[in-house]
Amino acid sequence: MAHVDTQHHGNRSNKRIAYGLVLVVALMVGMAYAAVPLYQIFCQVTGYGGTTQRAEDGVISTIDREMAVRFAAQVDADLPVKIVPAATQVDKIGKKITVTYEATNLTDEPVKTVASFNVTPASMGAYFNKIECFCFTEQTLAPNETVQMPVLYYLDPELDLNDELDTIREITLFYAFHAS
Amino acid sequence: MANATAAQNSHDAHDHPTGWKRYVYSTNHKDIGTMYLIFAIIAGIIGGALSGFMRWELAEPGIQIFPGLASIVYGADWQSAAALDAGKHMYNVFTTAHGLIMVFFVVMPALIGGYSNWFVPLMIGAPDMAFPRMNNISFWLLPPAFILLLMSMFFEGPPGGMGTGGGWTVYPPLSTSGQPGPAMDFAILSLHVAGASSILGAINFITTIFNMRAPGMTLHKMPLFPWSILVTAFLLLLSLPVLAGAITMLLTDRNFGTTFFDPAGGGDPILFQHLFWFFGHPEVYIMILPGFGIVSHIVSTFSRKPVFGYLAMVYAMVAIGFVGFIVWAHHMYTTGISLDTQRYFVFATMVIAVPTGVKIFSWIATMWGGSIEFRTPMLWAIGFIFLFTVGGVTGVVLANAGADRSLHDTYYVVAHFHYVLSLGAVFAIFAAWYYWYPKMFGYMYNETLGKLHFWVMFIGVNLIFFPQHFLGLNGMPRRYIDYPEAFAYWNMVSSIGYLIMALGLVFFFAGIVESVMKKRKAGDNPWGEGATTLEWTLPSPPPFHQFETLPKVK
Repeated sequence: MAHVDTQHHGNRSNKRIAYGLVLVVALMVGMAYAAVPLYQIFCQVTGYGGTTQRAEDGVISTIDREMAVRFAAQVDADLPVKIVPAATQVDKIGKKITVTYEATNLTDEPVKTVASFNVTPASMGAYFNKIECFCFTEQTLAPNETVQMPVLYYLDPELDLNDELDTIREITLFYAFHAS
Repeated sequence: MANATAAQNSHDAHDHPTGWKRYVYSTNHKDIGTMYLIFAIIAGIIGGALSGFMRWELAEPGIQIFPGLASIVYGADWQSAAALDAGKHMYNVFTTAHGLIMVFFVVMPALIGGYSNWFVPLMIGAPDMAFPRMNNISFWLLPPAFILLLMSMFFEGPPGGMGTGGGWTVYPPLSTSGQPGPAMDFAILSLHVAGASSILGAINFITTIFNMRAPGMTLHKMPLFPWSILVTAFLLLLSLPVLAGAITMLLTDRNFGTTFFDPAGGGDPILFQHLFWFFGHPEVYIMILPGFGIVSHIVSTFSRKPVFGYLAMVYAMVAIGFVGFIVWAHHMYTTGISLDTQRYFVFATMVIAVPTGVKIFSWIATMWGGSIEFRTPMLWAIGFIFLFTVGGVTGVVLANAGADRSLHDTYYVVAHFHYVLSLGAVFAIFAAWYYWYPKMFGYMYNETLGKLHFWVMFIGVNLIFFPQHFLGLNGMPRRYIDYPEAFAYWNMVSSIGYLIMALGLVFFFAGIVESVMKKRKAGDNPWGEGATTLEWTLPSPPPFHQFETLPKVK
């Protein structure tokens, strides 16, 4: 039988339930904020949303399948920098390749920039390994300077085992340059 | 029991303010319920008028109405390019405000604030809510929240435009860098305040239902409407804080330089969509579950049979509430989630059709072999079952990630969620209105006006929304002020439907006026032996304090 309460001011049991429920609310707000770092970790680990992987240099075997990698870039409107992306690379999967992006500071002031990045299709994220990339750190461009920014990457041969990627012949690595 | 009664009597002495104080200071669940209902009707008129302007604009291709409207409201020069731009933005502001108002200030206040406040204590045999003063705050937070939202329409949103036009989903970057003006901040604060109101209400309902049921009323003997509110309150408690967190992040991204959703600082706008829909999907069940409870009682009352499969009905609602939390990404099939993730969300979404089907079949089985009486509430309840089923079927279509590629953000989706909400939830609200009107106000409504209201509105809403399936299947996208000639025909039909629906509402208001003028006494139980829940054992309207001696449930 249920506990009966007609004395509805300041009942102990009512208060206990209410405090418990307030705790649930606080916990869920906390979960919403916890989702921010968790989501980042989740993307880095799984390559979700085309998040590329960071790898150490090592020996990688190549396989026979070829993949074209296109390079693209976009510059935020408030960043006075000109970017020339690298040319498209077609090579065997597993081969380590270095390409360079060219950045020019269009002003007489030093400019700082960071780049965010992903790879399309998004399901390629887990297999795109960068060994070196200008995007790992903040870049400072001297006034009117033009610099070559290298990216050393390879594609994980295991992507051949993923059925979802059977039809993929061409992927795009994209950078967005932001002022920092 | 003896001292319980004594405690009850001691309160009666102090707690009966009169005049305006009775409402402003109210701690009485019935008065607060009535205020919620009046609030929902007022907000419904405003939200409905906004959609009226949208249907007027969309009646014909081209942009006719909104530039003029913008020049009247915001004073831009009529027929200038500025007025055209202001008009286009104003259309977006109207869709946004219509969505937010209908969700947060009409359906939720009516079902959860209005009917639940009125009837959860009555149906479980409690004298009032567990925290009557918190109940007062819950209600009085809503008008300021509503005013904040209305104010947002008169402040700058995007540069040169008034109000926020990002849709009710407020996705960044349109809600952050896209609309830097204060309008968006007003809307966010409005949602914060409305959310706080709902969370307090949810805590109150859960405590009331757990602690204040009449002697003998175990949870498995509790009527289905309080059950539906219990599940709804838990959904509110778990989902609204996530929305609050997400829109707080929006607010700090906009004003304090954080970058939760800004890639330039390492954030991700897609994260907002995950957080929003983790709230947003349970939210749609929050709006429909109370309707499930209401419809069960009405179908049972007017079939003169107990609800078929009571326990299955209870656990179907619990199951819908639970599964509702793990299907959110079906709103996000086109955001680049992997095929396997999409497969999971397709499957989980379709699973919801099972408990929902249990409910629909149980309603039909309740009617089966019953001595059915087609009074007005029964018409609305059957209308609800029909319309909700149509919306449910298109929901199963949309659950397919493959079909969603083509139907995402088209009028097919608009038709789908209006069938379950605008028609489903709203029909449940009207069903409850006619079912409980005699109990709440003590007068009988006019049966002819009630039936006219139903039939005219039923024809109207179907004319509005059924053709939108065709428009969506043919590729008409939502949230645009204009469309190609090819879509003209069904848009015109849809707009005519709006006028018919509006005519239906005339009968609704006429019915209220008529019943107040004629003052037909309703009696304790106007529905006869089919109405078995505790509220029908009380006089109509119930006394200011009821159940001074607690009812015993066998």
